This record gives sequence, structure tokens and C-alpha cells, in this order.
Amino acid sequence: MQNTTIGLLGQSRPQAGRLRRGAAIGAVGVLLPGLFAACGGDDSGDESADGKIKLTVATFNEFGYEGLIEEYNAMQDEVVVEQKKAGTANEHQDNLYTKLAAGSGLSDIEAIEVDWLAALMEESDAFVDLSDSEVEGRWLDWKAEAATTEDGALIGYGTDIGPEGICYRSDLFKRAGLPTDREEVAKMFTTWDTYFDAGRDFVKKSDAAWYDASGATAQAMINQTEYSFEDEDNNVIAADNPEVKAVFDTVTSLAEEGLSTNLVQWSEDWTASFQNDGFATMACPGWMLGVIEGNAEGVEGWDIANAFPGGAGLWGGSYLTVPKQGEHQEEAMELAKWLTAPEQQIKAFEAKGTFPSQNDALEDPVLLESTNAFFNDAPTGEILAERAEAIAFIPHKGPKYADINTAFQQAIQRVDEGKESADEAWQSFLADVERLG
Amino acid sequence: MTLDTSAVTPLGDGGEPSGATATPAGERDAEGSPPRSPAWRRRVSRWDTRLSPYLYVSPFFVVFALVGMFPLLYTGYVSVHEWGLLGGKGDFVGLDNYARVVEDRYFWNALRNTISIFVLSSVPQILIALVLAALLDTQLRARTLWRMSVLIPFVVAPAAVALIFGNVFGDRYGLVNEMLQGIGLEPIRWHVNTLASHVAIASMVNWRWTGYNALIFLAAMQAVPRELYESAAIDGAGKVRQFLSVTLPLIRPTLLFVVITSTIGGLQIFAEPRLFDTQGLGGSDRQYQTLTMYLWELGWRVRDLGMASAVAWLLFLIIIVFALVNLAVSRRVGALGARR
Repeated sequence: MQNTTIGLLGQSRPQAGRLRRGAAIGAVGVLLPGLFAACGGDDSGDESADGKIKLTVATFNEFGYEGLIEEYNAMQDEVVVEQKKAGTANEHQDNLYTKLAAGSGLSDIEAIEVDWLAALMEESDAFVDLSDSEVEGRWLDWKAEAATTEDGALIGYGTDIGPEGICYRSDLFKRAGLPTDREEVAKMFTTWDTYFDAGRDFVKKSDAAWYDASGATAQAMINQTEYSFEDEDNNVIAADNPEVKAVFDTVTSLAEEGLSTNLVQWSEDWTASFQNDGFATMACPGWMLGVIEGNAEGVEGWDIANAFPGGAGLWGGSYLTVPKQGEHQEEAMELAKWLTAPEQQIKAFEAKGTFPSQNDALEDPVLLESTNAFFNDAPTGEILAERAEAIAFIPHKGPKYADINTAFQQAIQRVDEGKESADEAWQSFLADVERLG
Repeated sequence: MTLDTSAVTPLGDGGEPSGATATPAGERDAEGSPPRSPAWRRRVSRWDTRLSPYLYVSPFFVVFALVGMFPLLYTGYVSVHEWGLLGGKGDFVGLDNYARVVEDRYFWNALRNTISIFVLSSVPQILIALVLAALLDTQLRARTLWRMSVLIPFVVAPAAVALIFGNVFGDRYGLVNEMLQGIGLEPIRWHVNTLASHVAIASMVNWRWTGYNALIFLAAMQAVPRELYESAAIDGAGKVRQFLSVTLPLIRPTLLFVVITSTIGGLQIFAEPRLFDTQGLGGSDRQYQTLTMYLWELGWRVRDLGMASAVAWLLFLIIIVFALVNLAVSRRVGALGARR
């Protein structure tokens, strides 16, 4: 009687124990490889019900393509386009790498970020050569060059770029006795020295920090160094490069002077600092305007200066590629060509603010005349177009760039957090570089 | 003709798996051939009783072989090769990847973090779940409401949990720190201090899993015969004594089950620490990088699948060791309770 009430769990203990142990070990086997199996292949289906070819376009964050894809579907009747959007760039990157490695499962068109370009250029065989006389001269020279292999194959069509201006809080400037007018502020931001000097002046008279994050400022400076972590032949030079050490020393000593919030970009505290008058300036590429507007909702006083310390800077920007795995490469190439044409990128800019990389689009009145109400009606289109023209070269980013950069950013963060002194952090950065090989 | 139908039916069902015999049997049909003989039928029926049980359970094992065994072995195969995420398979390198992993200081760092977070989450989690289950097992008003509500945290997605706790445990503008500062205490640096970060992550895990485990314990407790409590009460045992001497020994199998599953889950913890950090490496000094995050870093950031697979196998072995140790310890605990 007792045994039956206790039921399943009570009877014949030793056996039940053994069974359960077996099940547990079995479960380990199932759970562990699950880590790898996380991204299963989904077939991209060839034909829709009405006999049209189905094309998929995989993007991340906001490309502003929703309206364009509807338009494309309506203007021809051979293909039906479907967009797959990943929430974050990281998610998209993991998916892309995994399926590239697996050899199947990618979309007909895959968007890629400029920071992964170097690693993917090494696998250029996996992508269709998109070079075509029709698109020659469509993009800013350096934009197309970056995606061109040594053999002259073009593996991606440029979509957007991230020319940077400096966004600033004119209300905090005013309280600290700094000029607030866009033109005058721009004069203070021509070189890093004048920018930092203005910052030293500012923090003496204000509770807020000067810029949003040490890492972001370091990143902006690294992006102005032609060869930072790797040389022309992709040898790692991070440890011995005086320019890298100089950037490190500058931002860590400025943090000590109180110019930085000592927060990490994209952390919860960083996001919250927009609402708490945490800082007065930050580097802002076009796509950042939307981020600021979202984080700083209800805060008045944001503006953008037509200047960037040290000349010009780039932050982000993407390409569309056609993987060779796809079955409809010609149709996909046709679609990618259409999506990245100046007329279409202008519409994407209107939709989501992605700043175009096409020469013609940069002269388009729609772009040049656009203003942003949140930023005190600043002519953001014109400012960013001028910032884009000021770019003379793009920094070399080899296959190890992203990994070393992460280690570099972490070293700066350790000093910000007081976990290590600047010297200790530099030494551990060197050890990390050594580890990455 | 009557003979025909009666003979075909068992053959068609039982004989089908042996495939090849089906067609010749059909051909020989007209001649009234041996397959229809009573002896054949007996044999088929014997096969049926012997083989059918295996056939019925086989789907699990087929699926397990496909999604469990194969990836496990294949991961082992990858781990002894040079294997880039994008470049694919390279040379056979033996145990080289394992050696490189063991020599990497971040592996040991990740192991330490994993064990620390595991202990900080599993131990309080099981203790609280036991107490919670014991409380839910008493005569409460609106019992179902209470019982269901402990499960609510479990249905919230880990990403959402991480988002909420990210705000609670913010270093500067977080809820906990603002409260601490409100009563004049020093703020705790949740993302900087190693132990603090582990506590923050463990509380996310506990918040999610305690209620779930409590319900499993509750189910087991309800199967404990009430007479035993009555007898214990007559013998003069108080509530605590009843819990220790009646409840605990009788739910021991369930306790073992929960300990093992939370060991497996705890050592594989990924989403919570991953989302606690925007960079994904577990803090500026990898204060809270767990083994699975380390694996992810090697596989998808450094793009070395060989090393990542070696970590996966090492983790597998570590989990088995931990599960066995836990099994032994919890048996001892259960046995002690029974002896009292």
C-alpha cells in the first residue's frame, strides 16, 4: 500500500537511481552539442506558389529596406523578395559565419558590416564577384576599394557609411560658459588637443563628464590611424606601435582628469546616463542620431557640430554580398544592384537615416536639405555629407583587427573601472595580444 | 480464399520489416507456399513479441543518435583537428587543441567563474525551493494561485530577465545601488567586482529556476503518505523534525534528480552572464566569463572551432565528474536523514 502511494519515485531505488543517472548522462550529450546546433539550416525555398523565384535578403539592425522590397516586388513579376532581419549585428554575424562554415543555409543576399570585411575577404571564394561596368564609379572610391580583392573581384555592394560629427549638449555648454552656436562649437573641435582642452575647461565648471565613454574616444582615434594593430601584410604590430600606445595613454590620463564617464558604451549605465546629464559630447555617425534621440527622449539641448577632431572619422557602414551557396545568384545580384542604387539608398536614408555611400546620393537635394528637429533643426544631411567628403583614407583592418580591438577596449575599461592601473592594463593588453598570436 | 486473407494479415503487419520476404511471398501466393504455414505464423508472432518493444522505443534512440550522439562524436572529431570556423577542416593535430586550452589562463579563469556561479546559484536555489515547496504543501488559502505563481519567473525569457536585472544591478544608476546609497551605504560595483558580479548573475538564475524546482519538490512531497506525518506527530515530532525525518528521506529520488539537472544546467550557464555584459566576454577582466562563454569566444570570435570543440569536451567531462560527485553527496545526505 505504502509503495503504491509513493508511486513512481519511491519504488526500487537502486534501479531508479541507475536509470536516472543514465538519463542524466544522456541529457548531457544532448545539451552540449546543442550549443553548436543552435543555428539550424532553414531552406530558403526556391519557388513560391505562383511560380516566381523566391529571394531572401538577410540584414541586421535597420537598413531601411522594408518599403523598397515592397516596391521591388510590385515592379516586376519574376521574383518575390523576402527580408530576414536580425535584431543585432552580433546575432547576424554568428549566423553568417556558422552557415558559411556549414556550406549551406545562407540567404540569397547577406549584409555584412565593415568590421568583419577583412575576415570575410579571406573567404572571398564563397562570394560572387559582383563587379560590373554598370556599377563602376557608383560608390566613394574607398568604399568600393575596401570590398575589392587583390584579383579585382568585388565581393560586396556598398550600402551605407558612418561619417562622424560631434554631437553636443548646448544646454550644458551654456551652463559651463562655453559657446553654444554650431559654427563656433565646430571651431573648438578641429583637433584632438583643442577638443580635449575644451573638455578640461568644461569639467571644471560642470558635474557632467566631457564625453560618453573612454572606449568610444579611443576607437575614434584608432580609426584615424592608417595602420593601428596590423601592418600592410597583416603582421600584428599592436604591441610596438607608438600610435596605439599614445591613444591608450591619452584616454587613460584624460579619464583620470575626469573627462570620461568611465562607462562602457551600450551598457545599461551608459544608456541611463543620457537621461542623467552624464556627459556633454560624443562622436556621432549618422545612425547614432536615432540612438541618441531614443536614449535621450525628453532631453532638450542636443545639437551636432560640423567638425570632427583630427579631420574626419568613420564608424560603421555595410555591404550587400551574394554568397555562392545561393541558387539564384543572377537574380540576387540584380536585386542587390537595385537596392544599392543611389535612388534607393536615398529612400532608405529617409526611412531610417542610414547615410548613403553612393556619389550621386551624396549630392541629392533630399539628403542635403534634410534637417533633424531633435538636434535643434541642424542640417544633418549637409553636415554628414561634408564629413564624408573629408575622409581621405580608411584605416587598414586585417583579420585580427576585431579581436585585438576588443582586448584594447577591455584594457581601457579596466583602467576606467579602477581594476588596474594604466601600466598594469597595458601589460595585460600586451599579454592578450600575445595570446591571440 | 478464406485461408488467403487470414494468412496475409499477420504477414503484412509482422513480416513487413523484413522487407525482402514480402515480395517473394506474394509471388508464391498461388502455389500455397510455406510462409503461410502455422509454423511461420508462430515465428512471426514470436518476433513480434520480441522485437516490437524495441521498435516502439527506437524513435527516441534514433533521434538521440542524430541530435545527441552524432554531434558529440563529431565535436570530438573536430577537437583533434585544426579547424577554422570559416576555413574549415585542417590538419590532424591530436590533443594539441586540448593542450592549448589547458595552457590558456582564461580557461582556468572561466572554470573558476563557472564553479563559483554554479555554487552561488544551485545551493541557495535548491534550499529555497525545498522550503518553498514545504510551505506550498501546507493548507494554504488559494493554493493553486500560490503554486502557479512560483512558476511565473520561469516563463519569462532569459533575455528579458537579463534586461530587467541589468537595470536592477546597474553600477551607477541601478535600482539596488540607488537604494543602498539612499540609506547611506557604499554602492556595490556589480559589473566590476568579481564576487558581486557572480552574485548578480546567480540571482538571475535563482529567480528563474527556484519556482520550477519548488514545483517538482512539491509534486514529490504530495506523494508522501499523510499517515507517516500523523505517526510522527503522535511520536512527538515537530514540523521541522517531520520535514527532516519524513519528507526529506521520502523525496530523495526527486532531490537527486533536481541536483543532477541543476548541475548540468548550472555548469552550462550562458545567457545570463552573456547578456550581463555588452561586449560578451564577461567583463573587462573576464570577471564573469563562464566556460560556455569562453567556448563561444573561441568558436565565434577567435573563429577556432578546434579549440572550441576541445572546450566542449572538457566541459562535458567536468559535468560528468560534478554530476557523480553530487550524486554521491546527495545520497549521503538522504541516507543521513533516513537514519535519524
